[in-house]
Amino acid sequence: MNRSEGTPAIKVVGLHKDFGDYPVLRGLNLTVEWGRLLVIFGANGSGKTTLLKLLATQYRPDRGEIWVGGIRRSQDPVAIRRIIGVVAHQPMLYQDMTCQENLTFFGRMHGLDDIPRRIDDVLHKVGLEVRRHQRVRTLSHGMQKRLAIGRAILHDPPILLMDEPESGLDQEALASMGDLLRMEAGSNRTAVMTTHNVDRGLAWGQEVAVLSDGVIAYKADRDSLDEGRFRGTYLKQIEVAP
Amino acid sequence: MKEFLRPVFLVTWKDILLELRSREVVIASMVFAVMVVVIFNFALNVTPETVDILAPGILWVAFAFAGVLAMSRAFVIEKDQGSLEGLLLCPVSRDSLYFGKMLALFLFMTVVEAVLLPIFAVLFDFSAFSFTLIGVILLATLGFATVGTLFSSIAVNTRSREIMLPVLFFPVITPVIIGAVETSTGAIGSSVNVIGVGRWLQLIAVFDAVFLVLCPWAFGLVMEE
Repeated sequence: MNRSEGTPAIKVVGLHKDFGDYPVLRGLNLTVEWGRLLVIFGANGSGKTTLLKLLATQYRPDRGEIWVGGIRRSQDPVAIRRIIGVVAHQPMLYQDMTCQENLTFFGRMHGLDDIPRRIDDVLHKVGLEVRRHQRVRTLSHGMQKRLAIGRAILHDPPILLMDEPESGLDQEALASMGDLLRMEAGSNRTAVMTTHNVDRGLAWGQEVAVLSDGVIAYKADRDSLDEGRFRGTYLKQIEVAP
Repeated sequence: MKEFLRPVFLVTWKDILLELRSREVVIASMVFAVMVVVIFNFALNVTPETVDILAPGILWVAFAFAGVLAMSRAFVIEKDQGSLEGLLLCPVSRDSLYFGKMLALFLFMTVVEAVLLPIFAVLFDFSAFSFTLIGVILLATLGFATVGTLFSSIAVNTRSREIMLPVLFFPVITPVIIGAVETSTGAIGSSVNVIGVGRWLQLIAVFDAVFLVLCPWAFGLVMEE
């Protein structure tokens, strides 16, 4: 990983990805600086999940190049997987294993030291200490999602990729996720998350971007954003999206 | 080497733990295999004169179909709740994931065969404690697990996974089944043709070696997207 000045946390150049005859990403360019929380908005089918899967090395780009933490995706995808944490639609946990067993397994797969202490920290952060010996199957959807976030940050990755992490969460879980993200943002971790929810995205993000027609159509700092104009333009764009 | 083997054993340990909790693979395969053997025992009039000819075929039909049942579950537990994605996001090579899954499948199939073989020996009245027979069972099971792990990972992403797996698996594994039946005939029968048995064992060993190289490579391609 290269965290030196001038090397962004994430850099994407001319990224193309097709599924059959259907082009999803068409020459997408994106740069995310270290320590920023970028929220990507986009209509259904705009390619948000595809972009995150490409960043997470789950998909191979058709054209273009990706650097994550200064590491070129085409050269060392395993090294990229070492420095990212991913929260996806599904919890990516084993239902018949307990919270602790799941975290222990993924901790060992990452080759971590001091796994018990890390598990204590993570379970405290996501508020699941008392559920540590409960099987994942017996947890509510919201709790599973929180545990999924715990799994994603267990190895303390400098870069976090989250695909609609708030989906399916109740108000209480949403509030604690907001706290967690603010805590994560304060911890100098770089995060990219996708969402449909404009209110939540604007509340959580330090930068916002809109993915449309396979490219980043708009990107701005949250502080310099004209919120009213952004909402109007984005919601209008969603209405006309195919 | 340690870096490679650590995730292999972790994935195997995880599969064993999940199997101990759910008992989905071994119990179902075992019941199925025992049923096949019992049905054949009643359907065919196996006498001491015909046991050499009939028993090996029945044994390997039971092993092969029970094996397919076990294979069909190998990646279903990974697909549920997206845990396969979680595995693929770990900073380990695809090869080590493949070998971890393959080793777990090999162990599950071996357990089923270890239980089935004495039952089979009692029903068909022959001695199961032959080094040749045990050797060919282990070699052929390795071949089953090697090919089965790859095809299970392919089939799990298709809509008709239950049909797809045997359709992919059996044409490829046929040489191993033929070799295993021929070797078992020699081992179960009173007159052991050592040269014939040796050649069939070599064939199975070569098959295993070739597919132990090809399958992890193909698995990496299949898992890419």
